[in-house]
Order: sequence, then C-alpha cells, then structure tokens
Amino acid sequence: MKNFGKRFGVMSSLGVTMGHFFDTYIVDLVKGRKRYWTPEGIEARRQADTEGIFTIQYPEEQLPVPEEFRVLPFLVYDEGENGEKNLRCTACGICAKVCPPQCIWIYRATDPVTGKPSPHPAEFHIDMDICMNCGFCAEYCPFDAIKMDHDFELASYTRGESHLYGLDKLMKPVSYYESIRPVNASREAAARAEKARPKA
Amino acid sequence: MSPEGLSKPEYQVPQEMQNQVALTTLDRLYNWSRKNSVWPMMFGLACCAIEMIAAAASRYDLARFGMEVMRPSPRQSDVMLVSGTVTKKMIPQIVRLYNQMPEPKYVIAMGACATSGGPFKEGYNVVAGVDKFIPVDVYIPGCPPTPQALLHGLMTLQKKIEGQSLKEVSWYQKGPGEPIPVPVLGPDLIDMRKAAVIREKSQPVADPEKAAVAVDEAAQNGELPAKEG
Amino acid sequence: MTEATLVNPLETLVEHFPSGWVKKDDRPGYSGFIVEREHLLDFARAMRDDFGFDYLSMVTASDYLAEGIFDVVYYAYKTIGGPALVFKVQVPREDAVVPSLVALYPGADFQERELWDLMGIRFEGHPDLRRILMWEGFEGHPLRKDWKEPFYEEDVKPFKSRWPEGKPIHADDRNPFNDNVQYPTGFDPERWVPEAETLLYSGLQQTAHNEEFKTDELIVNMGPQHPSTHGVFRMVVSLQGEKIVDLKPVMGYLHRNHEKIGERNTFLQNMPFTDRLDYTTSMSNNFAYALAVEKLMGLQVPERAEYIRVIMAELTRIMNHFFATGFLLNDLGVYFTASLYAIEERELILDIFEEVSGSRMMCNYFRFGGVVRDVSDEVLKKIHNLIYDRIPRKLDQFDAYLTNNEILRTRCEGVGVLTADQAIALSTAGPILRASGVPYDVRRADPYSIYDRLDFDVVTGIHGDIYDRYLVRVGEIKESIKIIKQLLRDIPGGPILAGKPAYQVRVPAGESYGRVEGPKGEMGFYIVSSGKPNPERYHVRAPTFINLTSLAPMSRGEKVADVVVILGAIDIVLGEVDR
Repeated sequence: MKNFGKRFGVMSSLGVTMGHFFDTYIVDLVKGRKRYWTPEGIEARRQADTEGIFTIQYPEEQLPVPEEFRVLPFLVYDEGENGEKNLRCTACGICAKVCPPQCIWIYRATDPVTGKPSPHPAEFHIDMDICMNCGFCAEYCPFDAIKMDHDFELASYTRGESHLYGLDKLMKPVSYYESIRPVNASREAAARAEKARPKA
Repeated sequence: MSPEGLSKPEYQVPQEMQNQVALTTLDRLYNWSRKNSVWPMMFGLACCAIEMIAAAASRYDLARFGMEVMRPSPRQSDVMLVSGTVTKKMIPQIVRLYNQMPEPKYVIAMGACATSGGPFKEGYNVVAGVDKFIPVDVYIPGCPPTPQALLHGLMTLQKKIEGQSLKEVSWYQKGPGEPIPVPVLGPDLIDMRKAAVIREKSQPVADPEKAAVAVDEAAQNGELPAKEG
Repeated sequence: MTEATLVNPLETLVEHFPSGWVKKDDRPGYSGFIVEREHLLDFARAMRDDFGFDYLSMVTASDYLAEGIFDVVYYAYKTIGGPALVFKVQVPREDAVVPSLVALYPGADFQERELWDLMGIRFEGHPDLRRILMWEGFEGHPLRKDWKEPFYEEDVKPFKSRWPEGKPIHADDRNPFNDNVQYPTGFDPERWVPEAETLLYSGLQQTAHNEEFKTDELIVNMGPQHPSTHGVFRMVVSLQGEKIVDLKPVMGYLHRNHEKIGERNTFLQNMPFTDRLDYTTSMSNNFAYALAVEKLMGLQVPERAEYIRVIMAELTRIMNHFFATGFLLNDLGVYFTASLYAIEERELILDIFEEVSGSRMMCNYFRFGGVVRDVSDEVLKKIHNLIYDRIPRKLDQFDAYLTNNEILRTRCEGVGVLTADQAIALSTAGPILRASGVPYDVRRADPYSIYDRLDFDVVTGIHGDIYDRYLVRVGEIKESIKIIKQLLRDIPGGPILAGKPAYQVRVPAGESYGRVEGPKGEMGFYIVSSGKPNPERYHVRAPTFINLTSLAPMSRGEKVADVVVILGAIDIVLGEVDR
C-alpha cells in the first residue's frame, strides 16, 4: 500500500476520502439506530474509536458538558426552612479583586439598626458583556458563594441593561448548583463540615 | 424538505395530504425559505472565529441549518458574524463590508468582545461594541461562546426572521437605505456622525477652575509669571 | 568560530571591550550587560561574529518612568544551544534614539517597529520605521507609562471602590464621549486629513524600468478581509504579471493591547489573557507565562504538575499541527476536506481540555507553582486511548491522504524557500526554522520543565520549503505522541500545586524571561517586576509575529497564488501577531 501511495498519490488521497464516505454507511449499519438520539450514542461518538458520522445534531441532541465547564458566574443561595434565600456571599470582595477584566461590582449592605456594614451584598452586579469566563471568582471565593454556570443558551436580541446581571438574575439555589456540579458540591460540603466540626 | 414551520397551524391539512400540501401565508413562506438559507460571510476576527469554524465543521455542522455556504464576499451573504474583538483599525473595513451587503442583512455579535469590547474593553485600540457602528440583531454572550452556543444564537436569528413581515421590512420601503458613514482613523477613531460633539468637547477648557489649574501648571513650568499669594 | 566561543564568554565578556563600553547589569534581580548606545552596533557585531550568538530572539524595551530612562532589551542565543546573552541599552526618555540592529539581525525589523509604535523609541538606521500595530496619525505611544487610555480608571488593578454613593460607575461613564476615544485639545474632526499610506506604498520595491518591454506594476491589497489571510491580516503585494516583486505585511487589525492591559493587571490576572494570545494553543501560552513568573518567584513545581503540564503542552502541539496542516490544504484550494478531518481530531483533544480546565479553548489551566486542578484517571484513560490508538491511526491516514499527493507536492516543493542562514538571521522559530535544517528547539537547546528527562528527537527538514514545513509538522506530531506515551507511563501521584492557592502572589523585584517551544515557535514572556502585585513590564515574544518577518523574503519571486500557501505554512494566528 505504501508503494502504491508513492506512485499514485492522488489515487491514494481519493481512497482516503472514499473510505470516509463509505464509513458513514458501514458504521451506521453495524451500530444500528441507537447511535443517534440516545445519550449513549452521543457518548460513543466522542470516544477515541469513533468512526463514521461525527455530527451532534444540536439542538435535538446536545453534547453534554463536563462538570468543570464554565460560562457565566452565578451566586449560590441556601434555601431556608421558610423559603427564604440566604446568600452565601459575604460581600468580601475577593471575586471583584481577582476578576481580570474587573466586571464585578459589589455594594455592601449596611445594617439598618447599627448603621455598620453587614456581611451581605446590598447590590451585586456583573457585566456579562465584559466577563471572560475565566472562573477565577469561583476558584478563589472562600465561601463557595459564586460559581460558574453551565447554561450557554444565552443569545438575546438586546444588550445593555439586560446584560448587566443584578442580584435577581444572579441568584440561583444550591440545589441547582448541586445538580450541575455534583462532585465539586459534595467535596466542598465535606470540607465545610470538616471546618465547622472542631468548634462544635 | 419538511414543511415544519411552513404550514400555518390554524389551517387543517387532511392527514393523507400532510407532507405534500402546505397551507400558509406569503409572509410565512417567504420567511421560511429565507431562514433556511442564511449564508454567513466568511469573516473571522479573533478567537471566536475558531469556534465559528468548529461550528461549521463536522461535529456541529452548520449545513444542517442551510448555513454552510460561507461567502468571502459581502455581496452574496446574508449574515455577518462578527466573531471577535473589533478594533479601531478594523472598524472602517467592517462598516464598509456591512454597507456592501445587500438587504436583507443581519449581524450577529458573537462573544463578549464583539458585543461590548469584552475583556479587552479597556484597551486603547478596541471598539466598545460593534453596535456603536452597525445595527446588531443577535448578541451571543460567552468568551468564546461554544459552537453549540453559536448554533443557539443562529436559531435565535432564525426566530427573528420568522417574525418579520413583508409589509414592514425596511428593504421593501421606498427609497434606498442610507449607508453608514465609514469611520475615519484620526488621532483616535472618528465617528463622522458625531463630528460636532467631538469638536465641541475637544475645545480648550473654558471652565475657570480648570483654567486656573492650567495657569498654575504653566507657572510652575516657568512659562508665565507666578501668581501672587 | 574563534576561541572566544569555546570558553564561557559571559564571565569575562566585559574585558573584551574597551572600558566604558559594556558593564554588568547589577541591579538586584537583573542580569546581562548594559551597553553604551554609541557602541551597540560594534558590540552586537562582535557578539554575532566572534561569540556565536547568531540568533536574536527578542527585542523589547521597558519604560522606567521614575528614573526617566528606557531600557531596550535584547535576548540573543546560539542556535547550537545554551543560555541567553542579555544586553541592554539605556536611553533617556526625552532622547529615545537607539541604533537599529536590522542590518546585523534582520529579524529585529518588526520588533523595532513595534517599539517605535508603542514606546516611541526611534531606531536610527532602520530601513522602514513606520508604525506597525497602530495606524499612522495615532496620537501618542501607548506603552509609555505616562500615556493613558480613554477608559483609564486607575494605574493598576484591582480598581478601588467602584460604587461610591450608591451608584455604580462604569468605564463609559468616566469618558466625556461615553466611548472608548480621546482627542487632543482643540481637535476638529472635519479638518482632519487621514493618512493615505503613501509611505507604505512608496516603500515597495520596484522592478528596474524596462525600455523594450513595457509592463505595468500592479499593486494588490490582500486583506484584511480575505479568506486566505487566516484572520484580519493584510498584505500589500506589488506584482509584475503573476510574479511578486515585493510584499509588505500590514498588521494591527487585531491589536488588543495585551501589554498595556497586562501592566495594569495583577500577575495572576494575566493568566486568562495569555489564553487569548494564540487562541489555538492556550495551554502552551499558559506554560510560558507560568515559567516566567515562577522563575522570578523561585518556585519549584511538584512532579505531578510538571507531568500534567507537559502532557497538555504536547496535546496542544498535536492539535495545532493537525489544524495547521488541515488549513494548509485550504490555502491550496482544497476547500475543507482536509481541514474537516483535522478538526475532528482537534475536537477530541478539545474534549479533554474542556474536561480538565472547563473551557475548550481558553483553558486558563496553569497556576504559578502548578496547575489548577488534578487530572482524573478517567481523563488519563481518554488521553491514553487517543495517543495509543486514535491519533497514530489518523496520522497514518493523513499521511496516505497528503504526503505523496502529487498536487500537494507540486504546489509545495521548492516554494517559499528559506535557507538555514536566512532563517536564523530572520529570527524565525519553530517549524519554519527547523524545516530549513536548523535543529533549534527550545525543549532541547535550553530545556525547561522535565524535557531534559524525556526521549524525543528534534525534527528537521532539509530544503526549507513549504513541503518540508509540512513534513516537520507531521514529524512533530509523532514526536509528541512519543513524549506523551512516556509521560503516561511514568506519571507520579502527589500534589499538583506548590503551596496553597493564592490570588495575590508576591513576586520579588527583577526581570525574567520564560520561554517554551510552542507549536508555532519560541513563545516567551519578558516580565519586569518591581515587587508590587502588578508587573512593571509585560512583554510577549510572539513567535508568529517574528516569523512573519520572513514572509517578504520568502515570497519575492514567487507567484501570487503561492503567497497564500506561504502564509499558510507560517501558520499565523492574528491574536498573537497583533496581540
């Protein structure tokens, strides 16, 4: 085959493309229908031994994103017993400090009684048009309060105010966080429990 | 060819004639055919262009949307994917390309940079959003948006096309549309539509306080006799 | 080669010159020699001809506003390997004139133009000293420390309170035009006459006037929006029929001010910005930057992290070379078939990057002293499958597809030839340099990380044409596979980060230059720290920017269709060229 290639280079090239063409049919025949539209099929098509059709038919099929996948940040809140939303954020400002394009604005709340600053953000906004999805805010947050989202279907017709995410858009429940990043969430919960134990 | 999206759901087509007959309106037919052959311009600026190429390649395959015909010429394209950071040096060319595109034309700002300058917003050579110059139809956040996010953005554009009406679209109105004036590269980027504002705001300061500061500075440099007191 | 090259010359270098010419740079944290401006040319000639430092890798400058001087910094190497020769020229800021080294090292051409453009340092004797990244007529030299951009907030990040009195302040609010612009006082836009690029066009070489056979010389602009230019790159080509008489690259259409932003950023904040330099090879950009800062900090990277780093860097190389070869065919007019095959492999590698780092392209995976998170056994298994099974198989397929294809060979063989001497003189790096037969690879010449323990060959070509560049790239994929196999076999357990994760790092004062052999050539970062949380100077030695110096010499005399392929074989990425 090697010598053949040397003599008839173009023929050999055409052979390769022909091979690709026939592969699409052969693989479909061998693997059957479950190759498409099933999660296993999608997984199989991204393995090292995949041949034939490589296409993921987005939007009907969707390539699953890995746990570490990062799009935009969001703020995690714990759900209280009476449905109150307890933000984990303490407005310490580390995320705003570490943010490379400086797209985080935090305004710390003041306690209405004492007038002293209280450990909660009164306002928090992130300019999603500037955010570079680097994940530093989530990485260096000491309270596990800000995390990176997985939702990438964000296209919109307008920008400006609507891309300036305030607390209302940023807050998401901890159950959501656990659903997109189960491994990280359980590891962090264990670490927090470990930290809290000696005091108790 | 699937009549999905073509037939108007109000009209009932008998079971045996479905997939052969579609009852629809002219608007719907017109938009249905347009939205399934949106040809993008082969035009990459930065990082996002690589994701655009990935979206056009076999894994995500833009051809499924009738968008595989990437045209390097603006004359044959329907949508301009502004995929990457728009710099001041490049914006005259982008505006010119946009002006050369025939109607109907659409613009997608892909990624944070095209939308507003993104992480490079503070840079001195970066335009803070391509929409300062050309009208943008769809914004796709992300840095860079993954190919799937781009496909979602293109589908958002398709929805927009679906909603347009022949009666209202600008390209069937009387008279030609006005081209956008091409910005000029001066000491900084000059948007000719804002020439008056630029001239006005660049005038030497008349503010007495600032003028006093200027006089003090000049005095320190020995250019003027120092003020007394 | 004289005697001086055989002994270690750097110890006694000062004595080789009359007193007062050269002195050691003895500022703490700095190294190298300070040369008097008047004797720079003589010094550099001696270094090149007598001492064997034939390869001028990098020219840059840093602005010391407090001292009122510019340091123009040169990094020269021997192509036979070994450490750097660093020499500097100090000039006062008011009188920033330095003799040009283009006559000795033609590779300094674009870098000196860049310094003129961004720093305002004039290089006397430079043949074509025009602005390169910004346009003629732009106000000011932006990298000077006292120059402020329109969206200036503060000198360094993190910015202080941005929410005074309950109202957030955005960059747009600060600027009088509500836009990223500023104009000199008294500026009138209607009276402005834009520059007509006469210098650019008049600088093109003309053919000798021929009395008998009258032809017209045609000047063609290719780009910045042209499908062949891999982005927003522009070539001004003067043509005699189909033949290229001269060519001038015009760049800066993607100049995103990395260096200015980098000097405002903290050290860590620059890491995700390095991803966006050469956006197809973010892992090796991370690598070079991490090396540069670690050198200053004196950090020792844990063993496992070193292994992970090299695995990622080599996967990046495989991915990049697949991509480059695929798109080389695009430039030949084989629309998309080859590149579609290449992108398939690239996607599979990107899946791995996405899994370990969270992003397909902008990995942001390296930290000072290690990497951000460990690689799971599952991912190692995936890499194993790719390296042992998929990639070699697909590479063979690529080989059968392309290597002996007559069309590819006729279009590529003997086109865009660069001899070894030229390649060294023009400071090219990476596959371009090696295809010309110079076995210079930073991984071997000046080993970093754990490359000195790995077994691999430096792939070289013979003819220095496009075909050899293709072969070198294919060969390098094979070598990378070999490297990753060794790493997968030996990867130890243990920590992946030295110390605790910290968002503020203490970097001692001094300068450092970290470089790696990126897929496109020598990728380096020159960093000056003043002990503060932000770098004083942050310069990127972008391989393709400097490789582009060789575009004009390679293209002269070729046909206009070939210039597309020649450019494709350089494998430029505009994010890095323009930065």
